[in-house]
Amino acid sequence: MGPVLAGVLQLLALIGALALAHIPLGNHMAKVYSSDRHWRVEKWIYQGIGADPDTQMRWPAYLRGVLAFSAAGVLFLYLLQRLQGVLPGSLGFSSIDPDQAFNTAVSFVTNTNWQSYYGEQTMGHLVQTAGLAVQNFVSAAVGIAVAVALVRGFARSRTGELGNFWSDLVRGVVRVLLPFSLVVAVVLVACGVIQNFSGIHEVGQFTGGSQQWNGGAVASQEAIKEIGTNGGGYFNANSAHPFENPTPFTNLLQIFLMLVIPFALTRTFGVMVGSVRQGYAILATMATIWVGFVALTMWSEFAHHGPALQIAGGAMEGKETRFGVGASSIFAVSTTLTSTGAVDSFHSSFTGLGGGITMLGMMLGEIAPGGTGSGLYGMLIMAVVAVFIAGLMVGRTPEYLGKKIGTREIKFAACYILITPALVLVFTAAAMALPTPGHSMTNSGAHGFSEILYAYTSASNNNGSAFAGLNADTQWFNTTLGLAMVLGRFLPMVFVLALAGSLAEQQPVPVTAGTLRTEKPLFTGLLVGAILIITGLTYFPALALGPLAEGLAS
Amino acid sequence: MNNSVTNTARLLGAGLRALLVLTVLTGVIYPLAVTGVAQAVFPGTANGSEIKSEGKVVGSSLIGQQKYSLDYFQPRPANGLGVNSVNTQYRLILSGATNRSADNPDLIKWVKEAKAKVVRDNSTADHKVSPSDVPADAVTSSGSGLDPDISPAYADLQVHRIAERDGLPVARVRKLVDDHTEGRTLGFIGEPRVNVLELNIALRELIRGQ
Repeated sequence: MGPVLAGVLQLLALIGALALAHIPLGNHMAKVYSSDRHWRVEKWIYQGIGADPDTQMRWPAYLRGVLAFSAAGVLFLYLLQRLQGVLPGSLGFSSIDPDQAFNTAVSFVTNTNWQSYYGEQTMGHLVQTAGLAVQNFVSAAVGIAVAVALVRGFARSRTGELGNFWSDLVRGVVRVLLPFSLVVAVVLVACGVIQNFSGIHEVGQFTGGSQQWNGGAVASQEAIKEIGTNGGGYFNANSAHPFENPTPFTNLLQIFLMLVIPFALTRTFGVMVGSVRQGYAILATMATIWVGFVALTMWSEFAHHGPALQIAGGAMEGKETRFGVGASSIFAVSTTLTSTGAVDSFHSSFTGLGGGITMLGMMLGEIAPGGTGSGLYGMLIMAVVAVFIAGLMVGRTPEYLGKKIGTREIKFAACYILITPALVLVFTAAAMALPTPGHSMTNSGAHGFSEILYAYTSASNNNGSAFAGLNADTQWFNTTLGLAMVLGRFLPMVFVLALAGSLAEQQPVPVTAGTLRTEKPLFTGLLVGAILIITGLTYFPALALGPLAEGLAS
Repeated sequence: MNNSVTNTARLLGAGLRALLVLTVLTGVIYPLAVTGVAQAVFPGTANGSEIKSEGKVVGSSLIGQQKYSLDYFQPRPANGLGVNSVNTQYRLILSGATNRSADNPDLIKWVKEAKAKVVRDNSTADHKVSPSDVPADAVTSSGSGLDPDISPAYADLQVHRIAERDGLPVARVRKLVDDHTEGRTLGFIGEPRVNVLELNIALRELIRGQ
């Protein structure tokens, strides 16, 4: 069997596994977020928080919960890093500098997991497990909570009530993420991922002498890193590091894990709005883009255009032998079309076009299938925009799932889709215009520009992967990328929740012969087109200067 | 004004309490539980898959090593590997890739030089290696810099050199490579590979045993 066929079979195996898993998991999540029963452990947690989980919140209250919880998260994680040197469990590592501590705190709270530090030489056991890994759980749960609030906005009528943030947060952790992670973490250890709390290992080498590596709770962090579409590696090499991702099987498992909750949420959505076919239309849109992007990247990587790769005879720079070109391409596309940002191969050394596709995946807003929660709400915003465009074509007030998309709704959706491109392009332009940020580039020319464009695209979309030649541990990048992450996470959430509140207040309109059938393939086609055209046109000039210029030159 | 300050403070307090409770659950209980299970059931892998030869630990089967002499099988280049620059009381391996783009002059130079070296090192008196025989993994750095494996093609390419330098029959060395070649998982997952450390341990036993 050739590597191309093996790559295609791995893609088909993933599609099969996701098709099987998304229905029970989606149904489970629908039940979790609709149930009015509390588990005993959850009641203890609510007592600890001092919150009543049965109070219904309108959108401003829900948003305040999100913001207060996230602000507390940033503060706690910042202080934990600043004090690392004097706290136990530090492995003797010193405290983190203010700009890097800010960047990292924001990065993990916003589900971005951009890393301007080298994990193995910087973060001790305490910060990794009680700081970073905790945010892996809760930032994912916040994302799902906001998505569920939007779904309730569609499902409910003549009420402004969107649910209870504390209850959604806690249930996401206790009933979805934690049990799932426990099982996966043990499987990962069985396959070779390390899990210990010992200090620095000094181990003999074959050729004499010794090498040092640090132990750590890697498997427990690795599981939620993928399940919560976080992506922050324990080690610098992330999922390329054999202690994080030791075998071809764990690699395929990790790709599956980062995709499964985002895809399953389309089922949750379908069940909660009372029509699983509406969920399938959204699922089909996501799957079309994901499969298409994987195919393009595989084609480009197997063709290995670019001088160094041509001389080498294959695109193996930055890729591991055990994964090869095929599986690395699937991983790269899946990590950038979700908000994961974990890498099992280094995107900067991909072909020009292959690297460009990973960038375009993030630029689409990470909605195919997107991050945990953020993928679904991002896609539903695009669905609102698509029905609006369709409504304009036929001169009829657009509606989606029985809710009118009026002036207010489309304003919220439009603000949502403008935020990230504005952040990406303004920050990139500023970095290019100033004299010093360019000194951080490893590569020159089009690829050097791509490093900076990639960084702001990744931060603003809360992805976290990088063209990692860029030395991002400078005050400029730590600060501006930190700001891009905060604004790129929470401003869109404001508009999502405002939209949810506005939809929930409406009286549903009856379906008539003139209603656009949003559960049909025609709508999926319209939605794919709207996504590609809107984002494609926004970013085309920037892409032309970076990856397109590099790809077409080789 | 006062009212809104109190409200904000109350809300932040709730956020902080929620964070602390969830930290206990996901940041203390969860990792300890996983560690407990891991250390009880899979102590070997949980502690780094260390591998012994002649009674001594010689590394981890998962972590590739550099600096083998030419008498042994060579790993992939690791131009992205670093040493730690902070907390320098340790000598930690810093995993990483080169991050050089396909049109980067450094990378073009590294690949050309690596290719020339592979051809030179592996051409013996009665076996000439041509540049087109050299597989891509032999001249490129991996993502982690710690890739424990090479492709079977690169291992095969080194067979004649090993046989000549170690005074072993070519067929014997080739069989050793075949015995250490791992195919795709279930026939389609990942790529075929040879673990360099395990192969070299077996080679050393073969040399010493003959």
